[in-house]
Amino acid sequence: MSSWDNNPVLTIEHLTMRFGGLVAVDNLSFNVGRGDITALIGPNGAGKTTVFNCVTGFYKPTEGRVVMNRSNGEHYLLERMPDFQISARAKVARTFQNIRLFGGMTLLENLMVAQHNPLMLASGYSVAGIFGLSSFRSAEREAVEKARYWLEKTALIDRADAPAADLPYGDQRRLEIARAMCSGPELLCLDEPAAGLNPKESAELNALLQYIRKEHDTSILLIEHDMSVVMEISDHVVVLDYGEKISDGTAPEVKDDPKVIAAYLGVPDEEVDAVEEEVGL
Amino acid sequence: MSVKSDNFFMDSVKDAAAGGLIALALFAVLIGMKAEVASGLGGQLGIVYRWGAVAVAVAIVFGGRLLLNLFVWKADTPVTQTAGSLLPNLQSFAPLGKYAMPIFLVLAVVLPFLLMSAYGARGSRQYLDLAILVTTYVMLGWGLNIVVGLAGLLDLGYVAFYAVGAYSYALLAEYFGFSFWICLPLAGILAAFWGIILGFPVLRLRGDYLAIVTLAFGEIIRVVLLNWYEFTGGPDGISGIPRPSFFGIEFTRGEGGFADTFGLEFSSIHRIIFLYYLILLMALITNFVTMRLRKLPVGRAWEALREDEIACRSLGINTTNTKLTAFALGAMFGGFAGSFFATRQGFISPESFTFIESAVILAIVVLGGLGSQIGVVIAAIVMIGGFEFFRGLEEYRMLVFGLLMVIIMVWKPRGLISTRNPSITLSGKKGKGISSDLVQEGHG
Ligand SMILES: Nc1ncnc2c1ncn2[C@@H]1O[C@H](COP(=O)(O)OP(=O)(O)OP(=O)(O)O)[C@@H](O)[C@H]1O
Ligand SMILES: [Mg+2]
Repeated sequence: MSSWDNNPVLTIEHLTMRFGGLVAVDNLSFNVGRGDITALIGPNGAGKTTVFNCVTGFYKPTEGRVVMNRSNGEHYLLERMPDFQISARAKVARTFQNIRLFGGMTLLENLMVAQHNPLMLASGYSVAGIFGLSSFRSAEREAVEKARYWLEKTALIDRADAPAADLPYGDQRRLEIARAMCSGPELLCLDEPAAGLNPKESAELNALLQYIRKEHDTSILLIEHDMSVVMEISDHVVVLDYGEKISDGTAPEVKDDPKVIAAYLGVPDEEVDAVEEEVGL
Repeated sequence: MSVKSDNFFMDSVKDAAAGGLIALALFAVLIGMKAEVASGLGGQLGIVYRWGAVAVAVAIVFGGRLLLNLFVWKADTPVTQTAGSLLPNLQSFAPLGKYAMPIFLVLAVVLPFLLMSAYGARGSRQYLDLAILVTTYVMLGWGLNIVVGLAGLLDLGYVAFYAVGAYSYALLAEYFGFSFWICLPLAGILAAFWGIILGFPVLRLRGDYLAIVTLAFGEIIRVVLLNWYEFTGGPDGISGIPRPSFFGIEFTRGEGGFADTFGLEFSSIHRIIFLYYLILLMALITNFVTMRLRKLPVGRAWEALREDEIACRSLGINTTNTKLTAFALGAMFGGFAGSFFATRQGFISPESFTFIESAVILAIVVLGGLGSQIGVVIAAIVMIGGFEFFRGLEEYRMLVFGLLMVIIMVWKPRGLISTRNPSITLSGKKGKGISSDLVQEGHG
């Protein structure tokens, strides 16, 4: 029994996702430990993003259960909830493999949109807001402070009033994380956050993720191709290949698992030779 | 060099000749032969040949295509580009934008008095009528701007809500005898209600589908109004719609009328001026509410929706509700404008609510620059005012008008005012405008 099975923040049970004849995720079960950084890795097309889409409600899984256990003791069956409620009530936030920012809006606006639900409540569903009641204005000030905090943490504060689409690629990735954090998540799902970053940015990202885990009540589930990132920061690694889980353990355990090595590097040369002989090549 | 230009010229001629050939084939029948009742043959149908006209048409196609080939399509530097750069860059007008709003506002407020002093009560009536028309379109443009400009939902049937507002007032007044001031809010609420009824099933559609369904909805409303004879009067419309009163005081001659109460000499212009201020006030309220909402979470959610709907949902925004509020609010302002239209005209019929109205309102929004409030004002003045201004050109009016629009679109493809102002800034100052190249137009 590993530590992440004791008090998991997210439990995935027998998750299966089929697209017509294609089984993108096949009977997948694993736990995401509370306060852990969990990495989901696997070759291209292994089904990692599909798992994320099932967890965050963008796909309805064909079979299986996804349970979010919030720290206040509430449980949510995510596969039954509409996507926006998964963020609003179950407190699961995500980023996207192909960045999805509000490009024509400023950085600050991006982070304000992320705080939509509490602000909407404070604005009395816009009625109090139109008349500029002070309760709304103080709520807005708080929201700006929260945005400022995350802009500082992601070193984007200098460009707070610039449009998001003008940012360089690495900054956009960080902004997307900041935006997700502004929605106050208990589980943060990051789809390849280090893709396209240079080594320096990659190191900064590691520091940021470790800071989030340490200072906030937020567990992290991330998809990553860069093994150095995975090995350095993750407490728990789940390996997927062709939709199936082939390994699950701590980073060093997974690294030495022959199945993982085979999936990543292909089968050993001798076996290829043997097969080729058989078919008469 | 000369080889290239030779080839280039020959290619252009060949292409133009091909165009001319197609034109010949088409025009030979279309223009070349005309069925006519020849008078000499005792009312029999005969064919008149007009080969001269065909030759002219083919020559125009050949020449036009050749010129376009030489100077636009195949040239290294198309003249359109040169022409585009000849026109002033709006960036240099940027400081003007800051003052545009107050200038327009002051002008709008003093306009009736300016006109009165310039043309007298009788002469200024026509201009005031035009001003009322323009302001109505400004209000409609502002209403539609919420839906199309902010939320990025392409609504081609906006006129339906205008019609609902107009008919709500007319019917409520006819059947229950309600006054304008009671009907105005009711008309808005009814229009918003129809907005929600339409929006609920439709807003899960995206892009082109939404456009088509809203287009159909606009037509359905019109067709229902046209055919439900017992209730709406069908093509006869509804006449005798009560005129608005100045908070209970009628604009009538004699005892207790507006002129009498305020000790003025009676003049029919009073009512026109009152109508003008009424629609101005209604338009300004529309603008105020929109500007206010833009700075509220719901307004930001609209714009975020236009930018990226999936990201919105990942942040916990209920996109259906958010779209519905935009739709209902836009519809409500359309309804207000509709009931104003009814009271101003005193007569309405389905004729006034055809698709072309939706198209004009949408053109105002797009021409002004999606999401820009001041852009709508300028576009409404240019479009509606221009329409009237070129009346003297008679049948060439549409041609001139079309040309004008093409020029504007070449010059400013994203509309006249194409920068977006941030709804909030960290520095607290008014933020720098965001170039429209970065702003998404929405996908429905
Ligand atoms: N909406 C969909 N419809 C049909 N097939 C899909 C859909 N989404 C994903 N797939 C398929 O499911 C499989 C897994 O895709 P997925 O995007 O989850 O892989 P991934 O592990 O994220 O890969 P990568 O590392 O390239 O991002 C792929 O074969 C993909 O083509
Ligand atoms: Mg992926």
